[in-house]
Amino acid sequence: MAVKKIEAVIKPFKLEEVKEALTEIGIEGLTVSEVKGFGRQKGHTEIYRGSEYTVDFLPKVKIEIVVVDTLVEKAIATIVKAAKTGKIGDGKIFILPVEDAIRIRTEEKGEKAV
Amino acid sequence: MSNWIKKFVVALAVGAMTCTLLDSPAMAQEAAPVAAEAAEAAEAPAGPSAEMFTVNNTWMMVAAALVFFMNLGFACVETGMTRSKNTVNILFKNSLIPCLGILTYAWCGFNLMYPGFDYDAGANGWFGFAGWGITTNAEGITSAYNAGYTYWTDFLFQAMFAATAVTIVSGAVAERIKLSSFMIFAFIYVAFIYPIAGSWKWGNGWLNNLEVPFYDFAGSTLVHSVGGWGALAGALILGPRLGKYVDGKIKPILGHSMPLATIGVFILWLGWFGFNGGSVLSADPGLVSLTLVMTSIAAAAGGVSAALISWIILKKPDLTMALNGILAGLVGITAGADQMTAMNSTVIGLVAGALVFSSVLLFDKIKIDDPVGAISVHLVCGIWGTLAVGLIGAKAGIPQLISQFTGVLAYGVFCFVSALVIFLVLKVTMGLRVSAEEEIGGLDIGEHGQEAYPDFSPVSKV
Repeated sequence: MAVKKIEAVIKPFKLEEVKEALTEIGIEGLTVSEVKGFGRQKGHTEIYRGSEYTVDFLPKVKIEIVVVDTLVEKAIATIVKAAKTGKIGDGKIFILPVEDAIRIRTEEKGEKAV
Repeated sequence: MSNWIKKFVVALAVGAMTCTLLDSPAMAQEAAPVAAEAAEAAEAPAGPSAEMFTVNNTWMMVAAALVFFMNLGFACVETGMTRSKNTVNILFKNSLIPCLGILTYAWCGFNLMYPGFDYDAGANGWFGFAGWGITTNAEGITSAYNAGYTYWTDFLFQAMFAATAVTIVSGAVAERIKLSSFMIFAFIYVAFIYPIAGSWKWGNGWLNNLEVPFYDFAGSTLVHSVGGWGALAGALILGPRLGKYVDGKIKPILGHSMPLATIGVFILWLGWFGFNGGSVLSADPGLVSLTLVMTSIAAAAGGVSAALISWIILKKPDLTMALNGILAGLVGITAGADQMTAMNSTVIGLVAGALVFSSVLLFDKIKIDDPVGAISVHLVCGIWGTLAVGLIGAKAGIPQLISQFTGVLAYGVFCFVSALVIFLVLKVTMGLRVSAEEEIGGLDIGEHGQEAYPDFSPVSKV
């Protein structure tokens, strides 16, 4: 009956691959936002008209999906496989509990809404 | 860093000297342009044919249109090199300055710049005024007025130059100057300072009547350094943008559109075909074609020079430096485009590119914040181009060099001091700078209550 939210911060060029992989395992919707961040992967240095500066925040993409409990493990594995490059900065996945989910058009709730 | 700037300028000076030596009459492969001398000597007493007059005048009108187009070039360069939160403000200033320029030039500027000094009647060659407004008689639209253009063409071509001179200032004071104060400065500078200064040379004033007349073919001094001095005064009195110099470090403030900056520079280069080509003041095939070639050679050399130098010294080639380099070459050749060989022009461009690179870094080091490099391009290279006329080319020689120095000094004192005074008075009376809050939120909202890109949300690199 329950649904969970999966938030994944990934490298931007991996978005297409992750999206395809998730669609293949039956996930029908997702939300994407462009974000900036850093983890242990630090930023880099740039130079403009003779002066250096550090860009601390790197562009990333955040995917948010809400899935039924039974699909969570598979979804995580799918994201990891598609998003991993093995190099620093691959990103992170977070699992959050969801109180409820509603489909606006039909007003269905819970599992039926995802 | 200042260590290698020094080494670099020395290397450059040595390189320039070497090129000059290679280029001296003793070793020249190409003769200095004789066409210019011949044209000066042959002030034909018999006027041109009606056809020739039409051709001359047509070219001058096209040239006026090209110089007019440079206002768009400046608008694009300044917009591209500053932040999007100030774009409306930049564009507003760049739109109003040509308007102010044309109107004031018609009202009084033209007649301040060309007052018709009558030396026999005791004119001093420093200040004269031929009356308010522009009007002419039947002769004014014939070759009796001038073999190259009508009175109206004369006015229009020169009016476009006036606007160009003042718009140089807007780049250096961008992102923190109060709009109302700036418009007042611009008005005074274009209506009075620019034409009075210009009369000393092009208006047949005292500089044109030195034993060895001061020489400025198309305005390295009269236009570019006049603008440059104003820019320097403004940047000094205003102070740097917030957050530019923090804890002894220089924090780059990135321009928001490299494409626009690039478009602007190429528009300016195109405009220079009219700026220098039209300064021949006729459609003389030899002179105009020679001038256009030397102009583009200098531009090209400036671009290559600045690009290479930034690549070597900064480890990566900087686009904005290359763009500034092209402009530097153009400004540098403007004083003597009709006096130079291809080798001369190359040297002028190469040196200008190096100068602009060093100046940009130097001004940052001494905490003079110039968002677009206007002072480096127009003042520094304007002075270089002016002095170059005495150093290389057909007019090279100590007497000419002294006259060039005299001119540079005269314009420097007059323009820099006037600009300082105007800016200081504005600062003390109505304030020169926007509040810190407004500067952070952006002048578009603060001064204009509108945004340049209301539809765009910030997009990061994907």
